[in-house]
Amino acid sequence: MDAVITTALAGLIAGAALCLARLLRPGSLADRIVALDTMLTIIVSGVAVGSLLTTDAFLDLLVVVSLLGFVGTITVARFMERRGP
Amino acid sequence: MTIGDLVFSIVLLTGVVLGLLAGVGLHRFPDVFARMHAATKPSTLGLVLVVAAVAARLDDSSDTAKLLVVIILQFLTAPVGAHMVARAAHRAGGQMSPDTQVDELSEVRVDTSARGVPPQP
Repeated sequence: MDAVITTALAGLIAGAALCLARLLRPGSLADRIVALDTMLTIIVSGVAVGSLLTTDAFLDLLVVVSLLGFVGTITVARFMERRGP
Repeated sequence: MTIGDLVFSIVLLTGVVLGLLAGVGLHRFPDVFARMHAATKPSTLGLVLVVAAVAARLDDSSDTAKLLVVIILQFLTAPVGAHMVARAAHRAGGQMSPDTQVDELSEVRVDTSARGVPPQP
């Protein structure tokens, strides 16, 4: 069962790394905020999976990170409407 | 390996594959709107599959409740965020792929890229 969890963590890390590469690659602001939002979602999934491996998981973090991602997305979208891409 | 373990593995790994596909799609798709299409897969179905699999294996019911809150919040906020980003990208003159067939929003487009023009509600 640990092998499945480790595989899942490796896959999530790879997905988040691809999103990070998209975030750092030259692109429009919209591309970057989409990549950042996706990366935060994958990180939330990853922390949830990681909580299976430890006894003292910190699951309150997930609520905070997912709300923070939402607020960031909204903020950049509003900013982008005024300033352009 | 019991049946429960098997179901857990399948559900968890399906969610992980969705996350990986989103990472690939963000690089492969031609414009920001197509990339958003890829990016919504882990933010709804992927997260639900992974978090539900984890919640089924945790012993503490308060942890399960927290994970449930995460799912509910994600379902409330993901459509709003996607809508805001897509609208902002379109208004800011987001480049579309040449393969785009229909752009109905262009008929009612409010161009805010010029300075000093406030966005219309």
